Amino acid sequence: MSLETILTILENNWEMFLRGAYMTLAIAIISTIIGAFIGFFIGIMHTIPMKKKSFKSMILKTFNFVLTVYVEVFRGTPMIVQAMVVFYGLASYGLELDRFIAALVVVGLNTGAYMAEIVRGGIVSVDKGQYEAAQAVGMNHLQIMIYVVLPQVARNILPATGNQLVMNIKDTAVLSVISVTELFYQTKSVAGANFKFAESFFIACMIYLVMTFTATRILRWVEKRLDGPEAYKMEVVRKPENIM
Amino acid sequence: MEKIIDIQHLNKSFGNNEVLKDVNFSVNKGEVVCLIGSSGSGKSTLLRCVNLLETPSGGEIIYKGENILKDLKSVEAYRTHLGMVFQQFNLFNNLDVLTNCTVGQVKVLKRSKEEAKEKALKYLEIVGMSAYKNAKPRQLSGGQKQRVAIARALAMDPDVMLFDEPTSALDPEMVGEVLKVMRMLADQGNTMLIVTHEMEFAKEVSDRIVFMDKGVIVEEGHPSEVLVNPKHDRTKEFLKRTLA
Repeated sequence: MSLETILTILENNWEMFLRGAYMTLAIAIISTIIGAFIGFFIGIMHTIPMKKKSFKSMILKTFNFVLTVYVEVFRGTPMIVQAMVVFYGLASYGLELDRFIAALVVVGLNTGAYMAEIVRGGIVSVDKGQYEAAQAVGMNHLQIMIYVVLPQVARNILPATGNQLVMNIKDTAVLSVISVTELFYQTKSVAGANFKFAESFFIACMIYLVMTFTATRILRWVEKRLDGPEAYKMEVVRKPENIM
Repeated sequence: MEKIIDIQHLNKSFGNNEVLKDVNFSVNKGEVVCLIGSSGSGKSTLLRCVNLLETPSGGEIIYKGENILKDLKSVEAYRTHLGMVFQQFNLFNNLDVLTNCTVGQVKVLKRSKEEAKEKALKYLEIVGMSAYKNAKPRQLSGGQKQRVAIARALAMDPDVMLFDEPTSALDPEMVGEVLKVMRMLADQGNTMLIVTHEMEFAKEVSDRIVFMDKGVIVEEGHPSEVLVNPKHDRTKEFLKRTLA
């Protein structure tokens, strides 16, 4: 393995690598967003307060059961197998999904299953007093969620969501089994043509590392931004004692 | 005198544990009532039953002639008539001081943003916290948080203010600033129901003192009767221990 070979491979195939990296990033980012939405939806569904023995609560319970099955199935099986089942399974029923769409479906659903637990944990960890205070001002459950609880949940689960994004960037490599032209698949093509396996995959390795590292840094920055400045602006300079 | 809240034969149990046993009492307009008693006597539970943060197991709550537990259409609408101040402050962590005081007005009472802001600033001024309107709760001291919480409750223009041990979580130094605000509200003729361990304060501000023990109201009356010449042995014992 020499630097010279690596540079030559890059020079001849940079477009392939770039397209692969682009595909990998697109799938990872979009499906993390899809997964976050699914996760929030399930997390909220699972924390709706239920009155005992009403018709509504029966429906809700059944629906939540279905959601739980989904979460368990997708968390409990390898994504590489899910990809095969979704893509070839649907194809056998005559539904030929575009490979990119199939990739989004698989990674999105997979992420959703993980995010559901993350969001549920986030909701449960918001102090009970926050709910009570919101109830005391007269908010209903939906208002409590939108204005008080979910903003706090979103902030608190940001690190875990970032982790999920990093995992997705790496795990999209398994999508090569359904011939999605992401970075791993492209590298395989390059290596297949020049027989320089070590060098080609070393390049892929570096590209993955740059992508995950950058993603982590950006999310850290977003976290800091969301927390706001430590100092606050005083409006009027008057001692509270003088007012009373 | 107009009865605002009238509680009749109220029961509350958690499992087999009977916390409130056949409690009867009422709060009149403009009255300041203090609930005292040792920990576990049920005074906080009683207060929380009044705004339905705890659902009573039996009995009736009559609010301005309306039977809340029977004819209640909306718990949320009822709660807007009661301002609640918690021991742990429970300011909305994701919102700044001003928004803490406006969110309920805008989202629940459907006031315009301008009107809500004006009202919030008026009450923040009263509690001496208007200078901190841009601060986040985590940047404030306990006493400051509690004063904001009082302003948040007042901004909803409630008929009754409920205080659940408002100074119990404060450093001794900060107790004074909160009691000062509460004393002022009492002087302005607000209707207040206060659960407290501050005997001196209770003696000074209240029109009526209610002493509870083991889920029952043992004695109630003017502070000069209950605190100075208690009739029941249990009250005497309690006062001997707290005032000593």
